[in-house]
Amino acid sequence: MKGTPDPMELNSTTTVNKSAERVYDFWRRFDRLPSFMAHVEDVRITGDRTSHWKASAPFGENVEWDAETTEDIPGQSIAWRSVDGADVDNTGVVRFVPAPGARGTEVHVTLTFDMPGGSLGRAIARYFGEDPSQQLDDDLRRFKQVLETGEVVRSDGAPWGKRARREFPQHPAQPLTDDERKEFLT
Amino acid sequence: MKATCWIGPDKVQVQDVPDPTILNSRDAIVRVTSTAICGSDLHLLDGYVPTMQEGDVMGHEFMGEVVEVGPGVDGSRLRVGDRVVVPFPIACGACLACQAELYSCCENSNPNAGIAEKMFGHPVAGIFGYSHLTGGFAGGQAEYARVPFADINPLKIESDLADEQVLFLSDILPTGYMGADLCDIQDGDIVAVWGAGPVGQFAMDGARVLGAARVIAIDDVPYRLKLAASQGYETIDFSDTDVRSALLQLTGGRGPDKCIDAVGMEATHGAAHVQLYDRVKQAVRSETDRPHALRQAILSCRSGGIVSVIGVYGGMIDKFPAGAWMNRSLTLRTGQCHVQRYMRPLLARIERGELDPIRVITHQLPLADAPHGYDIFKNKQDGCEKIVLKP
Repeated sequence: MKGTPDPMELNSTTTVNKSAERVYDFWRRFDRLPSFMAHVEDVRITGDRTSHWKASAPFGENVEWDAETTEDIPGQSIAWRSVDGADVDNTGVVRFVPAPGARGTEVHVTLTFDMPGGSLGRAIARYFGEDPSQQLDDDLRRFKQVLETGEVVRSDGAPWGKRARREFPQHPAQPLTDDERKEFLT
Repeated sequence: MKATCWIGPDKVQVQDVPDPTILNSRDAIVRVTSTAICGSDLHLLDGYVPTMQEGDVMGHEFMGEVVEVGPGVDGSRLRVGDRVVVPFPIACGACLACQAELYSCCENSNPNAGIAEKMFGHPVAGIFGYSHLTGGFAGGQAEYARVPFADINPLKIESDLADEQVLFLSDILPTGYMGADLCDIQDGDIVAVWGAGPVGQFAMDGARVLGAARVIAIDDVPYRLKLAASQGYETIDFSDTDVRSALLQLTGGRGPDKCIDAVGMEATHGAAHVQLYDRVKQAVRSETDRPHALRQAILSCRSGGIVSVIGVYGGMIDKFPAGAWMNRSLTLRTGQCHVQRYMRPLLARIERGELDPIRVITHQLPLADAPHGYDIFKNKQDGCEKIVLKP
Protein backbone atom coordinates (compact mmCIF):
# COMPACT_ATOMS: atom_id res chain seq x y z
CA MET A 1 0.00 0.00 0.00
CA LYS A 2 1.41 3.36 -1.04
CA GLY A 3 1.63 6.16 1.48
CA THR A 4 -0.37 8.62 -0.62
CA PRO A 5 -2.85 6.76 -2.85
CA ASP A 6 -3.96 8.32 -6.12
CA PRO A 7 -7.29 10.08 -6.20
CA MET A 8 -10.03 7.59 -7.01
CA GLU A 9 -12.16 8.68 -9.98
CA LEU A 10 -15.61 7.23 -10.63
CA ASN A 11 -17.31 7.77 -13.98
CA SER A 12 -20.76 6.75 -15.07
CA THR A 13 -23.50 7.82 -17.41
CA THR A 14 -27.15 7.11 -18.08
CA THR A 15 -29.93 8.52 -20.25
CA VAL A 16 -33.09 9.76 -18.56
CA ASN A 17 -36.29 10.14 -20.55
CA LYS A 18 -36.94 13.69 -19.30
CA SER A 19 -35.86 17.14 -20.42
CA ALA A 20 -32.42 18.43 -19.46
CA GLU A 21 -34.08 21.18 -17.37
CA ARG A 22 -36.08 18.63 -15.39
CA VAL A 23 -33.10 16.33 -14.79
CA TYR A 24 -30.90 19.27 -13.82
CA ASP A 25 -33.56 20.60 -11.42
CA PHE A 26 -33.74 17.26 -9.64
CA TRP A 27 -29.98 16.92 -9.23
CA ARG A 28 -29.50 20.53 -8.20
CA ARG A 29 -31.43 19.83 -5.00
CA PHE A 30 -28.51 18.08 -3.35
CA ASP A 31 -30.74 17.06 -0.42
CA ARG A 32 -32.51 14.64 -2.80
CA LEU A 33 -29.31 12.78 -3.70
CA PRO A 34 -29.50 10.40 -0.70
CA SER A 35 -32.74 8.96 -2.16
CA PHE A 36 -30.73 7.12 -4.80
CA MET A 37 -26.99 7.36 -3.93
CA ALA A 38 -26.02 4.32 -1.90
CA HIS A 39 -23.16 5.78 0.10
CA VAL A 40 -24.64 9.23 0.72
CA GLU A 41 -26.64 9.21 3.95
CA ASP A 42 -27.67 12.82 4.20
CA VAL A 43 -27.14 16.17 2.48
CA ARG A 44 -28.24 19.40 4.13
CA ILE A 45 -28.43 22.64 2.18
CA THR A 46 -26.56 25.24 4.26
CA GLY A 47 -26.49 28.22 1.93
CA ASP A 48 -26.81 29.47 -1.63
CA ARG A 49 -23.75 27.57 -2.76
CA THR A 50 -22.93 25.45 0.26
CA SER A 51 -24.08 22.11 1.62
CA HIS A 52 -23.13 19.63 4.33
CA TRP A 53 -22.71 15.95 3.33
CA LYS A 54 -22.70 12.77 5.42
CA ALA A 55 -21.62 9.55 3.81
CA SER A 56 -21.38 6.02 5.12
CA ALA A 57 -17.91 4.60 5.29
CA PRO A 58 -16.83 1.03 6.02
CA PHE A 59 -17.13 -0.38 9.55
CA GLY A 60 -20.10 1.83 10.29
CA GLU A 61 -18.03 5.00 10.36
CA ASN A 62 -19.47 8.12 8.80
CA VAL A 63 -17.45 10.73 6.99
CA GLU A 64 -18.68 14.30 6.72
CA TRP A 65 -17.73 17.35 4.77
CA ASP A 66 -18.90 20.76 3.73
CA ALA A 67 -19.15 21.32 0.00
CA GLU A 68 -19.37 24.38 -2.16
CA THR A 69 -20.93 24.57 -5.58
CA THR A 70 -18.28 25.60 -8.07
CA GLU A 71 -20.34 25.62 -11.23
CA ASP A 72 -24.07 25.87 -11.82
CA ILE A 73 -25.31 26.32 -15.37
CA PRO A 74 -29.07 25.72 -15.47
CA GLY A 75 -29.99 22.75 -17.65
CA GLN A 76 -26.34 22.00 -18.43
CA SER A 77 -24.01 21.25 -15.55
CA ILE A 78 -23.40 21.29 -11.84
CA ALA A 79 -20.05 20.90 -10.10
CA TRP A 80 -19.05 20.92 -6.44
CA ARG A 81 -16.04 20.28 -4.24
CA SER A 82 -15.45 19.69 -0.59
CA VAL A 83 -14.00 22.65 1.29
CA ASP A 84 -10.94 22.49 3.54
CA GLY A 85 -11.25 20.21 6.51
CA ALA A 86 -13.17 17.37 4.86
CA ASP A 87 -12.55 13.82 6.09
CA VAL A 88 -12.12 12.83 2.44
CA ASP A 89 -11.47 15.59 -0.09
CA ASN A 90 -13.76 15.07 -3.04
CA THR A 91 -15.25 16.70 -6.12
CA GLY A 92 -18.22 16.02 -8.32
CA VAL A 93 -19.35 17.19 -11.72
CA VAL A 94 -22.53 16.34 -13.60
CA ARG A 95 -23.21 17.33 -17.18
CA PHE A 96 -26.68 17.17 -18.72
CA VAL A 97 -26.65 16.73 -22.50
CA PRO A 98 -29.77 16.39 -24.65
CA ALA A 99 -29.61 13.02 -26.44
CA PRO A 100 -30.14 13.20 -30.21
CA GLY A 101 -33.60 12.61 -31.63
CA ALA A 102 -35.68 13.31 -28.51
CA ARG A 103 -34.16 10.39 -26.62
CA GLY A 104 -34.09 12.26 -23.33
CA THR A 105 -31.07 13.60 -21.49
CA GLU A 106 -27.64 12.05 -21.11
CA VAL A 107 -26.33 12.41 -17.57
CA HIS A 108 -22.53 12.21 -17.29
CA VAL A 109 -21.15 12.04 -13.75
CA THR A 110 -17.58 12.14 -12.49
CA LEU A 111 -16.77 11.88 -8.80
CA THR A 112 -13.24 12.02 -7.41
CA PHE A 113 -12.11 11.09 -3.92
CA ASP A 114 -8.68 12.17 -2.74
CA MET A 115 -8.05 9.03 -0.79
CA PRO A 116 -6.67 9.47 2.71
CA GLY A 117 -3.68 7.34 3.65
CA GLY A 118 -3.71 4.76 6.39
CA SER A 119 -6.47 2.41 7.38
CA LEU A 120 -9.38 4.67 6.40
CA GLY A 121 -8.07 4.98 2.85
CA ARG A 122 -7.54 1.25 2.55
CA ALA A 123 -10.98 0.51 3.96
CA ILE A 124 -12.66 2.91 1.54
CA ALA A 125 -10.76 1.41 -1.38
CA ARG A 126 -11.93 -2.06 -0.33
CA TYR A 127 -15.49 -0.77 0.11
CA PHE A 128 -15.65 0.40 -3.48
CA GLY A 129 -14.07 -2.83 -4.72
CA GLU A 130 -12.28 -3.61 -7.93
CA ASP A 131 -14.75 -1.73 -10.07
CA PRO A 132 -15.52 1.44 -8.12
CA SER A 133 -17.69 2.91 -10.86
CA GLN A 134 -20.12 -0.02 -10.51
CA GLN A 135 -21.58 1.59 -7.41
CA LEU A 136 -22.06 4.85 -9.29
CA ASP A 137 -23.67 2.88 -12.15
CA ASP A 138 -26.18 1.50 -9.63
CA ASP A 139 -26.74 5.00 -8.21
CA LEU A 140 -27.55 6.32 -11.68
CA ARG A 141 -29.89 3.40 -12.40
CA ARG A 142 -31.85 4.40 -9.30
CA PHE A 143 -31.67 8.09 -10.25
CA LYS A 144 -33.28 7.17 -13.56
CA GLN A 145 -35.94 5.05 -11.79
CA VAL A 146 -36.81 7.88 -9.43
CA LEU A 147 -37.09 10.47 -12.22
CA GLU A 148 -38.94 8.25 -14.69
CA THR A 149 -41.18 6.21 -12.35
CA GLY A 150 -41.24 8.14 -9.08
CA GLU A 151 -39.38 5.73 -6.81
CA VAL A 152 -36.69 3.07 -6.49
CA VAL A 153 -38.06 -0.26 -7.69
CA ARG A 154 -38.07 -3.12 -5.19
CA SER A 155 -38.64 -6.86 -5.55
CA ASP A 156 -39.00 -9.63 -3.01
CA GLY A 157 -35.51 -10.86 -3.97
CA ALA A 158 -33.98 -7.36 -3.88
CA PRO A 159 -36.16 -5.36 -1.48
CA TRP A 160 -33.44 -3.08 -0.17
CA GLY A 161 -33.94 -0.09 -2.45
CA LYS A 162 -30.73 1.89 -2.54
CA ARG A 163 -28.97 -0.52 -0.21
CA ALA A 164 -29.12 -3.10 -3.00
CA ARG A 165 -25.42 -3.75 -3.38
CA ARG A 166 -25.95 -7.35 -2.19
CA GLU A 167 -25.99 -9.39 -5.38
CA PHE A 168 -25.83 -12.98 -4.16
CA PRO A 169 -27.30 -14.67 -2.35
CA GLN A 170 -30.35 -12.41 -2.20
CA HIS A 171 -33.57 -12.85 -0.29
CA PRO A 172 -35.51 -15.62 -2.07
CA ALA A 173 -38.07 -14.34 -4.57
CA GLN A 174 -40.88 -14.90 -2.10
CA PRO A 175 -42.79 -12.38 0.01
CA LEU A 176 -41.10 -10.89 3.07
CA THR A 177 -42.08 -11.77 6.62
CA ASP A 178 -43.20 -8.92 8.89
CA ASP A 179 -39.78 -8.87 10.55
CA GLU A 180 -38.01 -8.74 7.19
CA ARG A 181 -40.23 -5.86 6.10
CA LYS A 182 -39.18 -3.91 9.18
CA GLU A 183 -35.53 -4.71 8.56
CA PHE A 184 -35.40 -4.09 4.82
CA LEU A 185 -37.89 -1.32 4.21
CA THR A 186 -36.96 1.15 6.94
CA MET B 1 -50.28 -18.58 1.57
CA LYS B 2 -49.47 -21.60 -0.58
CA ALA B 3 -46.94 -21.07 -3.36
CA THR B 4 -45.01 -23.24 -5.80
CA CYS B 5 -41.34 -22.86 -4.83
CA TRP B 6 -38.16 -23.78 -6.67
CA ILE B 7 -36.08 -25.94 -4.37
CA GLY B 8 -33.29 -26.96 -6.74
CA PRO B 9 -32.83 -28.52 -10.16
CA ASP B 10 -35.68 -30.93 -10.87
CA LYS B 11 -37.42 -30.07 -7.62
CA VAL B 12 -40.40 -27.82 -6.95
CA GLN B 13 -42.62 -27.91 -3.87
CA VAL B 14 -45.82 -26.22 -2.80
CA GLN B 15 -44.94 -24.50 0.47
CA ASP B 16 -46.38 -22.05 2.97
CA VAL B 17 -44.80 -18.62 2.46
CA PRO B 18 -45.75 -15.14 3.74
CA ASP B 19 -48.56 -13.30 1.94
CA PRO B 20 -47.27 -10.62 -0.45
CA THR B 21 -47.41 -6.98 0.59
CA ILE B 22 -47.12 -3.60 -1.11
CA LEU B 23 -43.42 -2.72 -1.59
CA ASN B 24 -43.77 0.17 -4.06
CA SER B 25 -46.56 2.72 -4.20
CA ARG B 26 -47.85 1.60 -7.60
CA ASP B 27 -48.13 -2.08 -6.57
CA ALA B 28 -51.30 -4.12 -6.41
CA ILE B 29 -51.92 -7.46 -4.73
CA VAL B 30 -53.85 -9.95 -6.85
CA ARG B 31 -55.72 -12.99 -5.51
CA VAL B 32 -54.82 -15.56 -8.14
CA THR B 33 -57.81 -17.41 -9.62
CA SER B 34 -55.93 -19.23 -12.40
CA THR B 35 -52.26 -19.71 -13.21
CA ALA B 36 -50.33 -21.94 -15.58
CA ILE B 37 -47.06 -23.79 -16.01
CA CYS B 38 -45.09 -22.45 -18.99
CA GLY B 39 -42.60 -24.32 -21.14
CA SER B 40 -40.04 -21.73 -20.07
CA ASP B 41 -40.62 -22.78 -16.43
CA LEU B 42 -39.09 -26.10 -17.45
CA HIS B 43 -35.80 -24.30 -18.18
CA LEU B 44 -35.86 -23.20 -14.52
CA LEU B 45 -36.83 -26.67 -13.32
CA ASP B 46 -34.00 -28.19 -15.34
CA GLY B 47 -31.49 -25.73 -13.88
CA TYR B 48 -30.53 -23.97 -17.12
CA VAL B 49 -31.34 -20.46 -15.96
CA PRO B 50 -28.71 -19.06 -13.58
CA THR B 51 -29.49 -17.02 -10.46
CA MET B 52 -32.36 -19.15 -9.15
CA GLN B 53 -32.43 -19.50 -5.37
CA GLU B 54 -34.06 -22.02 -3.09
CA GLY B 55 -37.50 -20.75 -2.13
CA ASP B 56 -38.10 -18.64 -5.24
CA VAL B 57 -41.83 -18.57 -6.05
CA MET B 58 -42.40 -19.78 -9.62
CA GLY B 59 -44.91 -18.72 -12.23
CA HIS B 60 -45.34 -15.88 -14.70
CA GLU B 61 -48.74 -16.73 -16.20
CA PHE B 62 -51.52 -15.70 -13.84
CA MET B 63 -54.74 -13.78 -13.45
CA GLY B 64 -57.12 -12.96 -10.67
CA GLU B 65 -58.87 -10.31 -8.64
CA VAL B 66 -57.25 -7.15 -7.32
CA VAL B 67 -57.52 -7.21 -3.50
CA GLU B 68 -55.25 -4.29 -2.58
CA VAL B 69 -53.68 -1.32 -4.37
CA GLY B 70 -50.80 0.91 -3.30
CA PRO B 71 -51.29 4.64 -2.69
CA GLY B 72 -49.71 5.53 -6.05
CA VAL B 73 -52.14 3.52 -8.20
CA ASP B 74 -54.36 5.76 -10.30
CA GLY B 75 -57.90 4.76 -9.32
CA SER B 76 -59.23 5.51 -12.78
CA ARG B 77 -57.00 2.73 -14.10
CA LEU B 78 -57.23 0.00 -11.46
CA ARG B 79 -59.35 -0.60 -8.36
CA VAL B 80 -59.87 -3.30 -5.76
CA GLY B 81 -62.28 -5.87 -7.20
CA ASP B 82 -61.06 -5.55 -10.81
CA ARG B 83 -60.53 -8.83 -12.65
CA VAL B 84 -57.17 -8.76 -14.39
CA VAL B 85 -54.73 -10.75 -16.50
CA VAL B 86 -51.13 -9.90 -15.61
CA PRO B 87 -48.49 -9.75 -18.39
CA PHE B 88 -45.27 -11.62 -17.55
CA PRO B 89 -42.79 -8.80 -18.30
CA ILE B 90 -42.98 -5.98 -15.77
CA ALA B 91 -42.94 -2.62 -17.52
CA CYS B 92 -42.68 0.90 -16.07
CA GLY B 93 -44.41 2.57 -19.01
CA ALA B 94 -42.17 5.64 -18.77
CA CYS B 95 -38.75 4.73 -20.17
CA LEU B 96 -37.73 4.93 -23.81
CA ALA B 97 -38.10 1.15 -24.28
CA CYS B 98 -41.65 1.14 -22.93
CA GLN B 99 -42.56 4.15 -25.04
CA ALA B 100 -41.29 2.25 -28.09
CA GLU B 101 -43.55 -0.69 -27.02
CA LEU B 102 -40.45 -2.80 -26.20
CA TYR B 103 -41.90 -3.68 -22.82
CA SER B 104 -39.74 -6.75 -22.13
CA CYS B 105 -36.72 -4.44 -22.44
CA CYS B 106 -38.05 -1.98 -19.82
CA GLU B 107 -35.14 0.00 -18.42
CA ASN B 108 -36.53 0.48 -14.91
CA SER B 109 -38.43 -2.59 -13.72
CA ASN B 110 -35.49 -4.84 -12.89
CA PRO B 111 -33.87 -4.11 -9.51
CA ASN B 112 -31.11 -6.56 -10.48
CA ALA B 113 -30.34 -4.75 -13.73
CA GLY B 114 -26.64 -4.89 -12.85
CA ILE B 115 -26.69 -8.70 -12.89
CA ALA B 116 -28.65 -8.84 -16.16
CA GLU B 117 -26.24 -6.37 -17.71
CA LYS B 118 -23.30 -8.68 -16.97
CA MET B 119 -25.10 -11.59 -18.68
CA PHE B 120 -26.68 -9.80 -21.63
CA GLY B 121 -24.67 -6.63 -22.19
CA HIS B 122 -27.66 -4.47 -21.32
CA PRO B 123 -30.34 -5.04 -18.70
CA VAL B 124 -33.76 -6.59 -19.37
CA ALA B 125 -37.14 -6.03 -17.75
CA GLY B 126 -38.24 -7.65 -14.54
CA ILE B 127 -40.21 -10.88 -14.99
CA PHE B 128 -42.39 -12.63 -12.41
CA GLY B 129 -40.98 -15.87 -11.00
CA TYR B 130 -38.11 -16.09 -13.42
CA SER B 131 -34.80 -15.98 -11.53
CA HIS B 132 -33.00 -13.09 -9.87
CA LEU B 133 -31.46 -12.10 -13.18
CA THR B 134 -34.88 -10.75 -14.12
CA GLY B 135 -35.41 -9.03 -10.81
CA GLY B 136 -36.14 -11.62 -8.13
CA PHE B 137 -39.90 -11.05 -8.34
CA ALA B 138 -42.05 -13.71 -6.66
CA GLY B 139 -44.19 -15.50 -9.22
CA GLY B 140 -47.87 -16.23 -9.65
CA GLN B 141 -48.13 -19.98 -9.07
CA ALA B 142 -49.46 -19.03 -5.67
CA GLU B 143 -52.61 -17.88 -3.93
CA TYR B 144 -51.61 -14.22 -4.12
CA ALA B 145 -49.10 -12.18 -6.08
CA ARG B 146 -47.64 -8.69 -5.87
CA VAL B 147 -47.89 -6.81 -9.19
CA PRO B 148 -45.62 -3.74 -9.62
CA PHE B 149 -46.65 -0.78 -11.83
CA ALA B 150 -50.17 -2.15 -11.48
CA ASP B 151 -51.75 0.98 -12.95
CA ILE B 152 -50.29 0.25 -16.38
CA ASN B 153 -49.54 -3.49 -16.70
CA PRO B 154 -52.60 -5.64 -15.94
CA LEU B 155 -55.35 -6.02 -18.53
CA LYS B 156 -58.83 -5.61 -17.05
CA ILE B 157 -61.33 -8.23 -18.18
CA GLU B 158 -64.75 -6.62 -18.18
CA SER B 159 -66.68 -9.28 -20.09
CA ASP B 160 -67.81 -12.67 -18.80
CA LEU B 161 -65.13 -14.65 -20.64
CA ALA B 162 -63.95 -17.64 -18.57
CA ASP B 163 -60.48 -17.55 -16.97
CA GLU B 164 -59.34 -20.25 -19.40
CA GLN B 165 -60.22 -18.05 -22.39
CA VAL B 166 -58.10 -15.09 -21.25
CA LEU B 167 -55.40 -16.50 -18.94
CA PHE B 168 -52.95 -17.09 -21.77
CA LEU B 169 -52.96 -13.39 -22.68
CA SER B 170 -50.38 -13.23 -19.86
CA ASP B 171 -47.72 -14.89 -21.99
CA ILE B 172 -48.10 -17.78 -24.41
CA LEU B 173 -50.80 -16.38 -26.68
CA PRO B 174 -49.01 -13.05 -27.29
CA THR B 175 -45.64 -14.85 -27.39
CA GLY B 176 -46.79 -17.26 -30.10
CA TYR B 177 -48.56 -14.47 -31.94
CA MET B 178 -45.50 -12.23 -31.81
CA GLY B 179 -43.50 -15.04 -33.41
CA ALA B 180 -45.85 -14.78 -36.38
CA ASP B 181 -46.05 -10.98 -36.23
CA LEU B 182 -42.24 -10.73 -36.52
CA CYS B 183 -42.50 -12.78 -39.74
CA ASP B 184 -44.16 -9.91 -41.62
CA ILE B 185 -46.38 -12.48 -43.34
CA GLN B 186 -47.18 -11.76 -47.00
CA ASP B 187 -49.79 -13.21 -49.33
CA GLY B 188 -48.88 -16.81 -50.20
CA ASP B 189 -46.31 -17.27 -47.44
CA ILE B 190 -45.65 -20.75 -46.11
CA VAL B 191 -44.71 -20.62 -42.42
CA ALA B 192 -42.88 -23.44 -40.64
CA VAL B 193 -42.99 -23.62 -36.85
CA TRP B 194 -40.45 -25.61 -34.84
CA GLY B 195 -42.09 -26.84 -31.64
CA ALA B 196 -45.75 -27.79 -31.29
CA GLY B 197 -46.00 -27.04 -27.59
CA PRO B 198 -48.47 -24.36 -26.46
CA VAL B 199 -46.39 -21.42 -27.74
CA GLY B 200 -45.78 -23.19 -31.07
CA GLN B 201 -49.52 -23.88 -31.40
CA PHE B 202 -50.27 -20.18 -30.86
CA ALA B 203 -47.52 -19.20 -33.31
CA MET B 204 -49.31 -21.39 -35.86
CA ASP B 205 -52.66 -19.79 -35.02
CA GLY B 206 -51.01 -16.37 -35.28
CA ALA B 207 -49.60 -17.22 -38.71
CA ARG B 208 -53.06 -18.38 -39.79
CA VAL B 209 -54.89 -15.22 -38.69
CA LEU B 210 -52.13 -13.05 -40.16
CA GLY B 211 -52.73 -14.61 -43.57
CA ALA B 212 -50.24 -17.46 -44.08
CA ALA B 213 -51.18 -19.65 -47.04
CA ARG B 214 -49.96 -22.79 -45.26
CA VAL B 215 -48.57 -23.62 -41.83
CA ILE B 216 -46.20 -26.53 -41.13
CA ALA B 217 -45.61 -27.89 -37.60
CA ILE B 218 -42.34 -29.65 -36.67
CA ASP B 219 -42.06 -31.74 -33.49
CA ASP B 220 -41.42 -35.32 -32.37
CA VAL B 221 -44.28 -35.71 -29.89
CA PRO B 222 -47.18 -37.46 -31.66
CA TYR B 223 -49.99 -35.91 -29.61
CA ARG B 224 -48.64 -32.42 -30.18
CA LEU B 225 -48.44 -32.96 -33.93
CA LYS B 226 -51.97 -34.36 -33.80
CA LEU B 227 -53.17 -31.21 -32.05
CA ALA B 228 -51.59 -29.12 -34.84
CA ALA B 229 -53.11 -31.36 -37.52
CA SER B 230 -56.54 -30.91 -35.92
CA GLN B 231 -56.33 -27.23 -36.86
CA GLY B 232 -55.50 -28.02 -40.47
CA TYR B 233 -51.73 -27.51 -40.16
CA GLU B 234 -49.33 -29.84 -41.98
CA THR B 235 -46.91 -31.77 -39.76
CA ILE B 236 -43.36 -33.15 -39.83
CA ASP B 237 -42.23 -35.65 -37.18
CA PHE B 238 -38.47 -35.12 -36.89
CA SER B 239 -38.00 -38.43 -35.09
CA ASP B 240 -38.46 -40.30 -38.34
CA THR B 241 -38.05 -37.65 -41.04
CA ASP B 242 -35.22 -35.41 -42.26
CA VAL B 243 -36.73 -31.99 -41.64
CA ARG B 244 -34.93 -30.00 -44.32
CA SER B 245 -35.75 -32.55 -47.05
CA ALA B 246 -39.36 -32.75 -45.94
CA LEU B 247 -39.68 -28.95 -45.99
CA LEU B 248 -38.18 -28.82 -49.51
CA GLN B 249 -40.67 -31.46 -50.63
CA LEU B 250 -43.56 -29.51 -49.15
CA THR B 251 -42.49 -26.19 -50.69
CA GLY B 252 -41.44 -27.13 -54.23
CA GLY B 253 -37.79 -26.83 -53.26
CA ARG B 254 -38.06 -23.17 -52.15
CA GLY B 255 -38.09 -23.70 -48.42
CA PRO B 256 -40.56 -22.07 -46.05
CA ASP B 257 -40.80 -18.28 -46.53
CA LYS B 258 -40.90 -17.73 -42.79
CA CYS B 259 -39.56 -19.93 -39.99
CA ILE B 260 -40.44 -19.69 -36.30
CA ASP B 261 -38.28 -21.23 -33.54
CA ALA B 262 -40.73 -21.94 -30.70
CA VAL B 263 -38.33 -24.34 -28.98
CA GLY B 264 -35.34 -22.50 -27.55
CA MET B 265 -32.44 -23.63 -25.45
CA GLU B 266 -33.37 -27.23 -24.70
CA ALA B 267 -34.02 -28.54 -28.17
CA THR B 268 -33.64 -32.21 -29.02
CA HIS B 269 -32.17 -33.33 -32.30
CA GLY B 270 -33.17 -36.28 -34.45
CA ALA B 271 -29.54 -37.22 -35.13
CA ALA B 272 -27.99 -38.76 -32.03
CA HIS B 273 -24.45 -37.50 -32.65
CA VAL B 274 -25.55 -33.88 -32.96
CA GLN B 275 -27.72 -34.18 -29.86
CA LEU B 276 -24.78 -35.68 -27.95
CA TYR B 277 -22.37 -32.94 -29.08
CA ASP B 278 -24.59 -30.16 -27.73
CA ARG B 279 -25.74 -32.06 -24.66
CA VAL B 280 -22.14 -32.66 -23.58
CA LYS B 281 -21.08 -29.07 -24.23
CA GLN B 282 -24.11 -27.88 -22.28
CA ALA B 283 -23.35 -30.24 -19.39
CA VAL B 284 -19.82 -28.88 -19.01
CA ARG B 285 -21.15 -25.33 -19.48
CA SER B 286 -18.95 -24.60 -22.51
CA GLU B 287 -22.23 -23.98 -24.34
CA THR B 288 -25.29 -23.05 -22.31
CA ASP B 289 -28.03 -23.56 -24.89
CA ARG B 290 -28.83 -26.34 -27.37
CA PRO B 291 -29.82 -24.59 -30.57
CA HIS B 292 -30.87 -27.38 -32.94
CA ALA B 293 -34.18 -25.83 -33.88
CA LEU B 294 -32.58 -22.47 -34.60
CA ARG B 295 -29.85 -24.00 -36.76
CA GLN B 296 -32.37 -26.04 -38.71
CA ALA B 297 -34.70 -23.06 -39.18
CA ILE B 298 -31.85 -20.98 -40.61
CA LEU B 299 -30.71 -23.74 -42.95
CA SER B 300 -34.28 -24.47 -44.11
CA CYS B 301 -35.62 -20.96 -44.64
CA ARG B 302 -35.85 -19.76 -48.23
CA SER B 303 -33.32 -17.15 -49.32
CA GLY B 304 -34.43 -13.69 -48.26
CA GLY B 305 -36.82 -15.14 -45.68
CA ILE B 306 -37.34 -14.31 -42.03
CA VAL B 307 -36.40 -16.51 -39.07
CA SER B 308 -38.33 -15.48 -35.97
CA VAL B 309 -37.16 -16.72 -32.57
CA ILE B 310 -39.53 -16.83 -29.60
CA GLY B 311 -38.10 -19.94 -27.95
CA VAL B 312 -36.07 -18.83 -24.95
CA TYR B 313 -32.29 -18.65 -25.03
CA GLY B 314 -30.28 -17.73 -21.96
CA GLY B 315 -26.62 -17.77 -22.81
CA MET B 316 -24.26 -18.83 -25.58
CA ILE B 317 -24.62 -21.21 -28.50
CA ASP B 318 -22.12 -23.08 -30.65
CA LYS B 319 -22.04 -23.54 -34.39
CA PHE B 320 -24.35 -20.72 -35.40
CA PRO B 321 -24.82 -21.09 -39.18
CA ALA B 322 -23.63 -17.58 -39.94
CA GLY B 323 -22.74 -18.50 -43.53
CA ALA B 324 -26.29 -19.51 -44.41
CA TRP B 325 -27.68 -16.49 -42.60
CA MET B 326 -25.39 -14.01 -44.33
CA ASN B 327 -25.05 -15.46 -47.84
CA ARG B 328 -28.77 -16.11 -48.23
CA SER B 329 -29.96 -12.72 -47.04
CA LEU B 330 -31.94 -14.03 -44.08
CA THR B 331 -33.42 -11.75 -41.46
CA LEU B 332 -33.30 -12.92 -37.85
CA ARG B 333 -35.88 -11.39 -35.52
CA THR B 334 -36.50 -12.14 -31.90
CA GLY B 335 -37.46 -10.93 -28.46
CA GLN B 336 -39.05 -11.85 -25.18
CA CYS B 337 -42.65 -11.02 -25.92
CA HIS B 338 -43.76 -7.42 -25.54
CA VAL B 339 -47.00 -8.74 -24.08
CA GLN B 340 -48.55 -5.34 -23.31
CA ARG B 341 -48.35 -4.50 -27.04
CA TYR B 342 -50.57 -7.46 -27.98
CA MET B 343 -53.01 -8.00 -25.08
CA ARG B 344 -55.85 -5.76 -26.23
CA PRO B 345 -55.85 -6.73 -29.92
CA LEU B 346 -55.65 -10.41 -28.99
CA LEU B 347 -58.47 -10.08 -26.45
CA ALA B 348 -60.53 -8.61 -29.29
CA ARG B 349 -59.66 -11.59 -31.51
CA ILE B 350 -60.73 -13.97 -28.71
CA GLU B 351 -64.01 -12.08 -28.31
CA ARG B 352 -64.59 -12.32 -32.08
CA GLY B 353 -63.89 -16.05 -32.01
CA GLU B 354 -60.82 -15.81 -34.28
CA LEU B 355 -58.58 -17.40 -31.67
CA ASP B 356 -59.49 -20.19 -29.25
CA PRO B 357 -56.87 -20.37 -26.49
CA ILE B 358 -58.71 -23.16 -24.67
CA ARG B 359 -57.72 -25.61 -27.37
CA VAL B 360 -54.25 -26.19 -25.86
CA ILE B 361 -55.46 -27.01 -22.31
CA THR B 362 -55.19 -30.70 -21.47
CA HIS B 363 -55.02 -30.58 -17.67
CA GLN B 364 -56.51 -28.59 -14.84
CA LEU B 365 -54.99 -29.29 -11.44
CA PRO B 366 -55.23 -27.81 -7.95
CA LEU B 367 -52.19 -25.68 -7.05
CA ALA B 368 -51.18 -28.35 -4.53
CA ASP B 369 -50.53 -30.73 -7.44
CA ALA B 370 -48.09 -28.35 -9.19
CA PRO B 371 -45.10 -30.72 -8.73
CA HIS B 372 -47.02 -33.50 -10.48
CA GLY B 373 -47.93 -31.02 -13.21
CA TYR B 374 -44.28 -30.10 -13.75
CA ASP B 375 -43.45 -33.78 -13.96
CA ILE B 376 -45.98 -34.74 -16.63
CA PHE B 377 -45.40 -31.54 -18.61
CA LYS B 378 -41.64 -32.04 -18.64
CA ASN B 379 -41.82 -35.73 -19.48
CA LYS B 380 -44.67 -35.33 -22.00
CA GLN B 381 -46.80 -37.85 -20.16
CA ASP B 382 -50.54 -38.26 -20.18
CA GLY B 383 -50.84 -36.24 -23.38
CA CYS B 384 -49.84 -33.12 -21.45
CA GLU B 385 -49.90 -29.97 -23.61
CA LYS B 386 -50.88 -27.22 -21.15
CA ILE B 387 -51.67 -27.24 -17.44
CA VAL B 388 -53.86 -24.71 -15.67
CA LEU B 389 -53.47 -24.58 -11.89
CA LYS B 390 -56.26 -23.49 -9.55
CA PRO B 391 -55.13 -22.03 -6.21
